[in-house]
Amino acid sequence: MATVDKPFPPGTYPVVVVGSGPGALQTSYTLRSLGVEHAVISSDDRPAGMFQRFPIFQRLISWSKPYSPVERHSRAYERYDWNSLLADEPDSCGLVTDQMDGTSYFPARQEMEAGIAAFAEKTKLTIRYGCTWESTRKDGDDFVLTTSDGEYRCRIPIFAIGMAMSWVPNIPGIDEVPHYVDVKTPRDYAGKRVAIIGKRNSGFELADGLLPWARQIVLLSPRPTGVSVLTHFVASVRARYLQPYEDHVLGGGNFIVDAAIERIERTSDGWRVHAQGTTKPGPMTVEADEVIAATGFQVPMQDLRDLGVATFMQDRFPALTPMWESASVPGIHFAGTTTQGAVGLRKYGIGSSSAAVHGFRYNARIMARHIAEKHFGVTIDRPSIAPEDIVEKLLDEATLAPELWTQKSYLCRVFESRDGGFVDGDVLPLQAFVDGSGPDGTAITIETDAEGDIHPALYVRAKGSVEEHLLDSTSMHDYRDPEHRAQVKAALGPLGL
Amino acid sequence: MDKDALIDALGSFALFADLSRPELEGLVHTFEEEWFGEGQTVVHQGFTGTGFYVILEGEASVRIDGEERAKLSRGDFFGELSILLDEPPLADVVALGPMRALTLARGALDEVLVQHPHVCLRMLQGTLRRLRSASRWQP
Repeated sequence: MATVDKPFPPGTYPVVVVGSGPGALQTSYTLRSLGVEHAVISSDDRPAGMFQRFPIFQRLISWSKPYSPVERHSRAYERYDWNSLLADEPDSCGLVTDQMDGTSYFPARQEMEAGIAAFAEKTKLTIRYGCTWESTRKDGDDFVLTTSDGEYRCRIPIFAIGMAMSWVPNIPGIDEVPHYVDVKTPRDYAGKRVAIIGKRNSGFELADGLLPWARQIVLLSPRPTGVSVLTHFVASVRARYLQPYEDHVLGGGNFIVDAAIERIERTSDGWRVHAQGTTKPGPMTVEADEVIAATGFQVPMQDLRDLGVATFMQDRFPALTPMWESASVPGIHFAGTTTQGAVGLRKYGIGSSSAAVHGFRYNARIMARHIAEKHFGVTIDRPSIAPEDIVEKLLDEATLAPELWTQKSYLCRVFESRDGGFVDGDVLPLQAFVDGSGPDGTAITIETDAEGDIHPALYVRAKGSVEEHLLDSTSMHDYRDPEHRAQVKAALGPLGL
Repeated sequence: MDKDALIDALGSFALFADLSRPELEGLVHTFEEEWFGEGQTVVHQGFTGTGFYVILEGEASVRIDGEERAKLSRGDFFGELSILLDEPPLADVVALGPMRALTLARGALDEVLVQHPHVCLRMLQGTLRRLRSASRWQP
């Protein structure tokens, strides 16, 4: 039952945020700064969400650079610090970097947890811990969340519930196999043959961590390994985990196999994995002392599907609008890594960075502003910009804006016409701009094409239609030069600029 | 939709009708699944970097300069011409209601077609049928 000394007792609130990981914290911080009353509830006993335990091998794959070309704690620095949350106060920015001991530019898990906790403490965020969301129902225009402490009624629930729940495909025998989340200490795998089902980052993280211990490692999944340095996509296997791949291609005794798993069976002294090769067809079996399912994660949706929340990607993600609202149940919003459910334009097959803090921290800020304006009548200041300054401002953003560099082809900086002039329309999802029915305007983003070329792209909306203009790339990613000014000016012709 | 349902769905489409179940399973893992709400633009006329799509559930409208030229439904595919010719799409494709689709990027489509000549042949047949009926698409 509710206790009097805890914040946010059960009751009615305009907004309820569920979670206390970085997605929830960023959302709550922004809602509070906009004056939107809300409750934050979490089943955990402290902030940081999944970073209290993961990654298994205790170091992240997202960097935070202690030294960068720009000043620490500035907006531009966010491009180099993929892990800290966003604040208006300089001393609350860059807090993960502040925790790092200098031995790596990838924070240790403990450093990440400490940095997120420092954000909650410095910004004085209020969270009701130990309050578990149990079920959800619709009641008129409201949603009612039943929790371990009682009922919360709200117009807008925001679920920042992470993706630490294991997901396994439908393979006979896999239910008996330990999942990534259940992995033992590396020493427990000493001298053993280990089969890892799954060849994405979690599978390669395990393989990399077990290289000094396992006798043999075999990674299996149907799809060939996508490597980020070749796919230009952060969700592909990151360079940090490529050592098992090098071992494989140089014939070191560990194997990366493209095979569809048919079934997994226990033997008298271990496991036998039966599979069919995909890129090299044919049956195969792998004998192993240990099998680990590194098959991914899913959003712990609980009863939200029953409420009508549509899902996709084999039921793992909620389908979301560009503003991270359920596409099938208006009012229900998501924050944090779950915002992968709004896939964006996926130009050249490259998805968003919404799985990670450096992507979803911006999603949370944009969504909170959108909710504040749409549902609570908050007026967000959109300063005027002189028409003659727009070209330079666009190229400044293309060169420096952390939102555009960390969420390529996904977030954009918008300038649009209003009352006979132009205003700064802030950072928005690119999809919301190109598919929206707003006034004439322009948006700039950064894109990577199929050849890996990184360049700005300008979208110009005039008289109801949107045109794309790709700008030239430069070797040092600085676009503030006469050639780019001329390209932008030519593209803005339909806006009379 | 779980893996087996996706395999069954792909196998029922003309484009993939010649593939064995292991081949279909390999394909399912190559595709990404996407979900579109009513009115959402799947492919944008004139934009670069468009993907290839196969509709699993729902319907879509093919529109040139806002005018509908054709409707697409379950099993239909689109986006291949833009990828194979390396040109921006000539039309928007807009979801007419909730729509579920599988998608591939350019490089992945090239690999699928090279590895599965029967898919390539079926795609060619589908494209030629569209060409034959192109008069219906004229303004």
